[in-house]
Amino acid sequence: MTQRRIKVLLAKPGLDGHDQGAKVVVRALMDAGMEVIYTGLRQTPEAIARMSLDEDVDVIALSSLAGSHIPFCTKLKPLLEASQLQDKLWVIGGNLPAQDHDALRQLGFKGIFPTGSKFDAIVDYIRENVK
Amino acid sequence: MNDRAKDPVKPVLNESGIEVKPLYTQVDVDASGGLGMLGQPGEYPFTRGIHRLMYRKQPWTMRQYAGFGNPAETNKRFKYLIANGQTGLNVAFDLPTQIGLDSDDPLAEGEIGRVGMSIDTLRDFEVAFDGIDLNKITVSLTINGAAAILIAMYLAMAEKRGYDVKQLRGTAQNDILKEFIGRGTWIFPVEPSIRLVGDTIEYCAEHAPKYSPVSVCGYHIRESGANPAQEMAYAFCIAKAYADDVIKRGLHVDEFAGRLSYNFNIFGNLFEQVAKFRAGRGLWAKIMKEQYGAEKPGSMWLRMIAAGGGGGLTFEQPEINIVRGAYYALISALSGTQTMALCSYDEAYTIPTEYSARISLRTMQLLIEEMGLTETVDPLAGSFYVETMTNEMRQKMEEIMAETDAQGGIVKLVSEGAIQSKVSAQAYQMQRNIESGAFPKVGVNCYRNEQEEEHPVQFHPYNEEDSQVQIDGLNKIRAERDAERVKQALARVGADAAAGRNVMPALVEAVKAYASVGEMTKELVKIYGRYQEPIRF
Repeated sequence: MTQRRIKVLLAKPGLDGHDQGAKVVVRALMDAGMEVIYTGLRQTPEAIARMSLDEDVDVIALSSLAGSHIPFCTKLKPLLEASQLQDKLWVIGGNLPAQDHDALRQLGFKGIFPTGSKFDAIVDYIRENVK
Repeated sequence: MNDRAKDPVKPVLNESGIEVKPLYTQVDVDASGGLGMLGQPGEYPFTRGIHRLMYRKQPWTMRQYAGFGNPAETNKRFKYLIANGQTGLNVAFDLPTQIGLDSDDPLAEGEIGRVGMSIDTLRDFEVAFDGIDLNKITVSLTINGAAAILIAMYLAMAEKRGYDVKQLRGTAQNDILKEFIGRGTWIFPVEPSIRLVGDTIEYCAEHAPKYSPVSVCGYHIRESGANPAQEMAYAFCIAKAYADDVIKRGLHVDEFAGRLSYNFNIFGNLFEQVAKFRAGRGLWAKIMKEQYGAEKPGSMWLRMIAAGGGGGLTFEQPEINIVRGAYYALISALSGTQTMALCSYDEAYTIPTEYSARISLRTMQLLIEEMGLTETVDPLAGSFYVETMTNEMRQKMEEIMAETDAQGGIVKLVSEGAIQSKVSAQAYQMQRNIESGAFPKVGVNCYRNEQEEEHPVQFHPYNEEDSQVQIDGLNKIRAERDAERVKQALARVGADAAAGRNVMPALVEAVKAYASVGEMTKELVKIYGRYQEPIRF
């Protein structure tokens, strides 16, 4: 386990308003001792990249329920890379069809937590993979 | 086996926090307040139903949620649903439409037509409802932030097709306060958002008196983590906030309350749910009569859609959701709802297919045709348990409403993010309880399959070409319409908003001039500003 407190940016990308899942994950991560910055709804790729850089987070997490994860992550990836954030841990949760998982991994989202994922699985994955 | 069976004397609480006893008798009914609020169906306080004969005269309306991509595809889906016996339409819009963005707005990219149909101008509505008899099929618009604009568009479309708007029926969701709590399609700050809802109620009371401009949704508050008693109590607080806004304008409650309607959820403990609906009917009637001085029975009716149940469905063993859905539909029928809709079994992980949506429709039809649910009004009345629980749920709701008022009222608590924080904390606790097994969920924390099968997750087929078709259509309208007329109509929208006048007449004029949803929204944002979400845990 890392010594420093893990810092997470949890963002709601795009126009999707389903935030119940994102908010319960925020609480689970906080209960696990992490520092969490929750962005609120309707974040653009630019805003997420900027906040990730400004807040110097270890983890960039997205919660997407309404199906626009691939186009969104496609726009987000080059912005995160341009900010030298490729070494941070990128994770995504929500309604993520299995057939999209490879594409998400190729877009840099190594941690994928579809509907039905457990809190422990998310927390453990972050602890084990934060550099 | 769950803990309750191991220890029969351990107290059991339902989700609303009321103790459930192993046995109920007349003593419990009397101790909980007796049958003073029961009455007869069709009579005050309407606990047993808002109509005397209920389903004996007419079964509930069945209205599944649907809306696909562009208006032409949606029109086809509507016609398919109607051909299969559906008696109302519940229209889904894409997210750009829901938050007032045109299809060519950069923020709409990747979202056009994804979760419902995309609407830019009146032309899209003309296509979507082409060939559908608006007198035979009632249409419910699931729209909130942009509701005033979409209501204006629906009324203008009907008028253009020759319908008498004074006779036109239909519903818009138009419950913005719950959007701040859950669902999230807000646009303007809280205060002007409430005023806009007031504008639609006031306008419809005069121009479209049979149209229901608001459907207050406990539903999404429940989905966000509220328990059943909170679901209904918060919905009543919200409805009162809208009513107060309209009454401030000088209208009498009987001029508009008859067109207010509700949307509630149906998952959870069967008896708690049935008691919730019966209790809610009595409480709402009492509030309208005693606090608002309503005299017309219609103003006191808790008219509702009891529907969905999505929060109770599971990703694991999804076929079990067909059975859950059947019980949820039974709850809805036993509750005396006016309209029913059912989440489909695959809805926990995908947008329902035609196949799964048909199973939901058949589930509801089965209750009507085979199970005898329409033959007798309020069949659970007189049960010691149900009557006691109905009294206790009503008292619980009254406590929650009083507490909300004591803390400054629903508008203040929503503006500060306090309600959001409270229900979100409960959602977290519930998820913890499910993960630990403390709250049993079949297939999830008990009776699991060793190997969970893979489920195909599908969204609506989506490609950028369809988005381009929608954008091209918008550009075509922009080129063809009378630009001067649009400019003047939009200027009037802004001027009326700035002067605090009801903006509905100006919106109707702008819609008729083929102004777009995004253009009208921008005019209003100039005056009202945009909502800033409070982040609070």
